[in-house]
Amino acid sequence: MKAMKMLRYATMLVFVLASIRVITGATDLTSTGTASAALLLSVPIVLAALGGLFSERAGVVNIGLEGMMIMGAWAGGYIGSQHGPWAGLFAAVIFGSIGALVHAIATVSFGVDHVVSGVAINIIAAGLVRYLSTLLYKGGSWPGPSQSPGVESISLNGLPVLSGGQYFGWKSPDVLGSIANLKWFFISDFAAILRGLTGSVSYVTVVAISFVPLAYFILWRTSFGLRLRSAGEAPYAAESLGVNVYAMKYAGVLISGGFAGLGGGFLAIVAASNYQENQVAGRGYIGLAALIFGNYRPGGLLAGAGLFGFADALQLRDSDSIHALLLFIVAILVFVAYRKFKSGKQVSALISLASAGFTLWFYFSVDELPGQLVTMTPYIATILVMALASQRLRMPAADGIPYRRGGLR
Amino acid sequence: MSNLFTRKLTPSKVGLAVAAPLAAAIFSIIISSLAVIASKKSPIEAFTTMLQFGTETGSLMEVINTATPYYIAAIAIAVTFRAGLFNIGVEGQLRLGALFSCYIGAMFVLPPVLHVAAVFIVAMTFGGLWAAIAAYLKVKRGVNEVISTIMLNSLAGGLSAYLLSKHFALVEVGSNNLQTKELPASAQVPDLMPILRTLGVEDQPGGGVYGMFFVAVALGFVFWFVVNRTRFGFELRASGLNPIAARVSGVNSKRMTFMALVISGAIAGLSGLPEVLGQTHSYNLGFRAGIGFSAIAVALLGRNSAGGMAFSALLFGFLEVSSRSLELIDIAPETYVIMQGSILLSSVVAYEVVRRFRLTLQSNELAKVVQA
Repeated sequence: MKAMKMLRYATMLVFVLASIRVITGATDLTSTGTASAALLLSVPIVLAALGGLFSERAGVVNIGLEGMMIMGAWAGGYIGSQHGPWAGLFAAVIFGSIGALVHAIATVSFGVDHVVSGVAINIIAAGLVRYLSTLLYKGGSWPGPSQSPGVESISLNGLPVLSGGQYFGWKSPDVLGSIANLKWFFISDFAAILRGLTGSVSYVTVVAISFVPLAYFILWRTSFGLRLRSAGEAPYAAESLGVNVYAMKYAGVLISGGFAGLGGGFLAIVAASNYQENQVAGRGYIGLAALIFGNYRPGGLLAGAGLFGFADALQLRDSDSIHALLLFIVAILVFVAYRKFKSGKQVSALISLASAGFTLWFYFSVDELPGQLVTMTPYIATILVMALASQRLRMPAADGIPYRRGGLR
Repeated sequence: MSNLFTRKLTPSKVGLAVAAPLAAAIFSIIISSLAVIASKKSPIEAFTTMLQFGTETGSLMEVINTATPYYIAAIAIAVTFRAGLFNIGVEGQLRLGALFSCYIGAMFVLPPVLHVAAVFIVAMTFGGLWAAIAAYLKVKRGVNEVISTIMLNSLAGGLSAYLLSKHFALVEVGSNNLQTKELPASAQVPDLMPILRTLGVEDQPGGGVYGMFFVAVALGFVFWFVVNRTRFGFELRASGLNPIAARVSGVNSKRMTFMALVISGAIAGLSGLPEVLGQTHSYNLGFRAGIGFSAIAVALLGRNSAGGMAFSALLFGFLEVSSRSLELIDIAPETYVIMQGSILLSSVVAYEVVRRFRLTLQSNELAKVVQA
C-alpha cells in the first residue's frame, strides 16, 4: 500500500520533470548522467542521515556527524591510498567511530550538552585532520599538504539485462539504455533515470543503500532496536524495565559514527579519488537535515537525501537545468496555493500564488543563473523543505536531554 | 545554613571554581604535548618557543588583533546561548555585514565619527537581517535554528561571492583580486599607536592595535550589563533556563527567541569589521574566513560571560599567533588547532563534571540541614 503510494509520487515527479524538460529544453533534468550523479551525491548524505538516525533514536543529538565524516574522509583517503580502497573504507568506519566515542563519552557519561559537544567535535576534527595531513605530508609525488595521494577506484557494475554491465565475461544487454535513446516523452525519461540509478553503480553504493532497509529492520523489528528507541523516547521508563540505557546510547552513537565515517570515506574513495581538505563541506549537516525532513524514519531520510543529491547533481552538471527548475518551483507553489484555497485559507493561497508569480517573472527575466548562485541550490532546498515540513515532524521524545541513571541530573 | 547557598567565598567554593579550568588546562597540555611528540620534537622546547615569540610586543599586538573579532563574534553567540538558542550562523552574518558595509560605506562621505557609526549600522542591519531569516523560520515554522543557520552560512558564502564578483567589485586591469571600492578616510578606524606611544610602546613592523579593540571592550561591558542588570536580560536568561516557567510568568518567549537571534546577528555583523576598517579598508576575496566558528569555541570556553570570553578570545589569539614560531623548530604550526580543540573539549567536560559534583554536594548539605 505504502509502496504503491511511493511509486505514484515517483511517477508524478518524473512526469512533471519530463514536461519541464520538453517545455524548456533542459535535457539534463531527466538524463541518465544526472540520475547517476544524484545517486552518487546522495549516498554520503544517506549514510550521514542513517548515522543521525541511530544516534537520535537513542536520544543523543548528533551535530558532530560533520566532524565524524571529516575523520572518515581523511582516514579513507590516507589509509586507502596506502592499503587499497577496501581497507580505506574500513578505516573510515573506525575513524568515524573514534569521533563518535568522544561524543558518547562527553554526552552520555559526562552529560555535556549534546549540541555543544557535537560542535566541539566538528571544530576538533577539522583541526585534527589538518594537523595530521601536514604531519604525514612527504612531498615528492604527493599532491599537497592538504590532500592525500590517489586511491585505487572500486569497480562499477550495472544491473544485468536492464542496464548493461559485465558478468563473468558475459556482456549484458542494456534494455533501459536503448529505451532512453528512443526519446519518447515520459517513457524514455523514466528509463533514463532508472538506468542512471542502476547502471555503472559502485558496489559500495549498493551496500550503502541496502543499509536503509537494514536500519529499519534493526530498529523496528529486533529487541535491540526496541531498547535503543526506548532510550530515546523514555529513558527512565526503559531503565525501570531493566534496559541498560547507557549501553543503548553508546551503541547508538558508535553506530552513528561508523555510518558517518563510511559516508566520509565514500566521499574520498568512491565519489572522488583522494582525500581533499573541505571535501565534506557540510554534508554531515545536510544529512542531519535530511533525517529531520524524513521525520526520523529510514524511508523519509532516503527521500530527503535523494532530493539533496538531485539538487547537488543539477548544480554540478548544468546550470541551465537549475534555471528550468524554477518552473518546477512555480508548479509546486501553484499546487500549494490550490490546496490552501480548497481548505479555505485564502490569504496563504494568495501568498503562494504571488510567490509563484514572482518566481515566474524571475524565470523570464534572467537567461541563466550565475554559477555562485547555482551552488546555493541544495542549501536553499534544505531550508525550504524544512520550512514546509518542520511542523509535522516528531523527534524522539527524550532527544537531546541528558540522561542520568537514577534520575539525578 | 550551608555555605554553598550563600554568596560567601569559602575554600571549598574556590576549590570547585578553580578545579574545572585547572583540570582542563592539564588535560590539554598533555594532549598538545602528545601532538608535539608525534612530530618527534620536545614539547618543552615547543612551549618555550611559543611563549617567547608570543610575548614579544609585536606578537602581543597581533594577539589582540586576532582576539578582537573573536570576542565580538563570541558575544553574538553568547546572546543566543543565554536565551537557550544556538546561532552557528555568525560566520555568514559577519561576512554579509562586512561586504555590505564596505560597499555601502564607500558610496558617501560623512564627518569621521559619523561615517564609522553609519558603517556600523549598515553592518548590524545586514547581519541582523540575515539572522532574522533563521529567527522567522524558528518562530513561525518551528525550524531548528542550528540547522537553518548552518544552511544560511553556506548561502551567505555563495551570495557574497556572487555579489562581489558581479556587482560590488571594482574592475582593475591586470589584477585577479576582486575588491570593493576603498572606504574613504572618514570611515577608516585608526589604530591605537598614538595612545600606545605615549605609554612607551615602540612602533612595530606589523602595524598597531586595531581601534575596534575599544568597541569590543565596550561591547563586553554592554553585554554584561544588559544580560545581568536589565529586565530584558532577565527575560532572556529566563526563557533560556526554563522556557515553560518563563512563559507562565509572562515572558513572551517567541518574542525573546526572535529578538535574541536578530540581536545576535547584528552583533555578529560588527565582528567582521575590525580588520576591514582598520587594515584592508575594503572587502576582498581574502576576507578572513572561520572567525564565526572559532568564536563558538571562544564562547563555550568563556562560559558565555563577558570576562570569561575575553580571556578565552585572548588565549585563542595567543595560541594562533605564537604557534607560527613553531615552524622555526620544524613543527607544523597547525598544532595550535589541536591545542585549541583539546582545551575546548576538556573544559566543556570538566565544567559539567564540576557542576554535577556541586549539585551532589548541595543536595547532601540540604539533606543535613533538613535532618537537623
